[in-house]
Amino acid sequence: MAVTNIIVAGLGGQGVLKVTDILAEALFESGFDVKKSEVHGMSQRGGSVSSEVRFGARVASPMVPAGECDLLAVLDSTQIEVVLNQLRTGGVLITPDDVPKDRLAHPKALNTMILGALSRHLPVADEVWNRVLTAAFPEKLRDLNLAMFALGRGSGN
Amino acid sequence: MEKKILVSGNEAIAMAAIDCAVDLGCGYPGTPSSEILEEFSRLGGAAEWDPNEKCALETGIGVAMANGRALVTMKHVGLNVAADPLFTIAYSGTPGGLVVVSADDPGMASSQNEQDNRRYAAAAGVPMFEPSDSQECYDLTVAAFRLADRFRAPVLLRVTTRVCHSKCVMVRRGAALEPRPAHFDKNPQLQVMVPAFARQAHVRMRADLAAMQQFNEEGAYTTVLKKSPKLGIIANGIAFQHVLDAAPDASVFHPGMTWPLPLAAIREFAAGVERCLVVEEGDDFMGEAIRAAGIPVESKAEVFRFGELNVGRVRRLIAGDAAPEPAAAPGKPPQLCVGCPHRKSFEVLRDLGCIVSGDIGCYTLGVMPPFGALHCCVCMGASVTVGLGLRRKLPESEARKVVSVIGDSTFLHTGINGIVEMVYNRPATGHVVVILDNSTTAMTGLQEHPGTGRRLDHSPAFAVSLEKIVTGIGVDHVDVIDTTAEPERFKALLQERLASNDCSVIIARRPCILALAKAKTYAEKH
Repeated sequence: MAVTNIIVAGLGGQGVLKVTDILAEALFESGFDVKKSEVHGMSQRGGSVSSEVRFGARVASPMVPAGECDLLAVLDSTQIEVVLNQLRTGGVLITPDDVPKDRLAHPKALNTMILGALSRHLPVADEVWNRVLTAAFPEKLRDLNLAMFALGRGSGN
Repeated sequence: MEKKILVSGNEAIAMAAIDCAVDLGCGYPGTPSSEILEEFSRLGGAAEWDPNEKCALETGIGVAMANGRALVTMKHVGLNVAADPLFTIAYSGTPGGLVVVSADDPGMASSQNEQDNRRYAAAAGVPMFEPSDSQECYDLTVAAFRLADRFRAPVLLRVTTRVCHSKCVMVRRGAALEPRPAHFDKNPQLQVMVPAFARQAHVRMRADLAAMQQFNEEGAYTTVLKKSPKLGIIANGIAFQHVLDAAPDASVFHPGMTWPLPLAAIREFAAGVERCLVVEEGDDFMGEAIRAAGIPVESKAEVFRFGELNVGRVRRLIAGDAAPEPAAAPGKPPQLCVGCPHRKSFEVLRDLGCIVSGDIGCYTLGVMPPFGALHCCVCMGASVTVGLGLRRKLPESEARKVVSVIGDSTFLHTGINGIVEMVYNRPATGHVVVILDNSTTAMTGLQEHPGTGRRLDHSPAFAVSLEKIVTGIGVDHVDVIDTTAEPERFKALLQERLASNDCSVIIARRPCILALAKAKTYAEKH
């Protein structure tokens, strides 16, 4: 199968890397070859952050080739123009406007809500998402993030 | 079937170090290397942060001289600090295993330069491995310790930002090497590098390198993909992965051990293809060495020396397209956090019109608006001494405005020598050093250092006192102040010190807001 390219972008502190960690783990648990790549170091200081996940039968480069992103999720609307040229023609763009933001239990959980929206486009079973998300959060944040993910996935109503 | 795991290159190196029975991991934090020792410690390995990379390498050398194994980690510029011991231990070698990780940063995601540390392997005469993904990070770390055991040689493991931080699927193969028993041989001819012994050691080292090249020719570390005879590509490190995507039909020669290069094998590969091209990030390192051996290979255009490679750039490189590349879309630059204790310090420095000699850390961001209060920055520790040089040349009215700012971890790294220089070769106008003490190594991810009172694993340790150090060296005034709580007092104090001809240190102490929450959890845990 061809390699699928995902980019998640936002600002430092929004949990961009958390999203791609969960994404990569869920795809890996679903049996795909997966590579995840980003540049850290300065991301805690509020600057632009983007992280990339590629999956398929066999992935070589960990970086999404320019203009070949299939699924682009942006956590802060100011960052759309920074990364939009990465999206291929016909690719899927997910922004904060595509999720029920008014139902966010906490502003910090926008990342898991957008991950939920992204999940609709990925060949990963519900039980795998559930298992990976459960492992990804400490107990006191678990239920909240599972609920936000479900809202984003469109199955929480 | 072997169990697959999804891990970063840094985690893979740490796992391999555990499986090679490494006795001690030492290093100084620096992006992109910092997670190696943190993971090694988490997995149960003995690991420590050293004051700087030279201390780390020398401690590692001692472990390996006692017949043990040491993994020494640092970012690329850290190897400049540790270069002195590297060049001489390359001569003498050690009975135990010494592997030095140099984590380079092509594209400067978080560094002040993009130097290509493969040059150190050639310059010092040490063997070098270059992994391209997490599996190779694991396998080649094991290979490096095996090679060290066989040849007594220190080995360089050169990785790059993308290899360190990319997560890939790999297999952890399990225990690879037996622990080495402690033992010290009093053998001055081998271990005391005075000229008479060093002359012999240099000859031995070159002979060993020749033997290692022969070993590398056997192909244990090389991946060869025989596909189209029209195009053959020689690619190291991450460039190999990009090549697989950019030129799926090309024949590929991927050496895992890139110094000394397997030149006979490369000659054979190049002879078997119509066009042979070297694809490497950074300098034309392999290209130069291969052509020097009389093998006709093509290198990339100069435009590809700069920054990271990626699939798109490798496609253009192969096509011979050297046209200027469009600039990447400007994102939002990083900035000092809201609530960062450095903010008030820089506001005062800006308002007083100071000429600020800066250093390496979060506070380098003092260069950004709205502060604009950092006017030069070279390397770790340079703030103090560059500031002194400015004071020596500038006319008095300007010299009086010069202030050096340095972080607590950076001060302990290489700032102390500058304080000695300050009191020994005093500028006529004196000098003012502000230690921006946020009680952590913040920029690289909140690591401990000798002044925090905690070890690498955050357990309690002796805390080195900054004020006792500078007092002991003999500066005229030492003040400790919280500039966030008392900005006006800081301003008045700074003005007073700048007006005098004294040598002063002001310690601006307030913990990093990100570190504060963590410090509480460490206290509860231990």
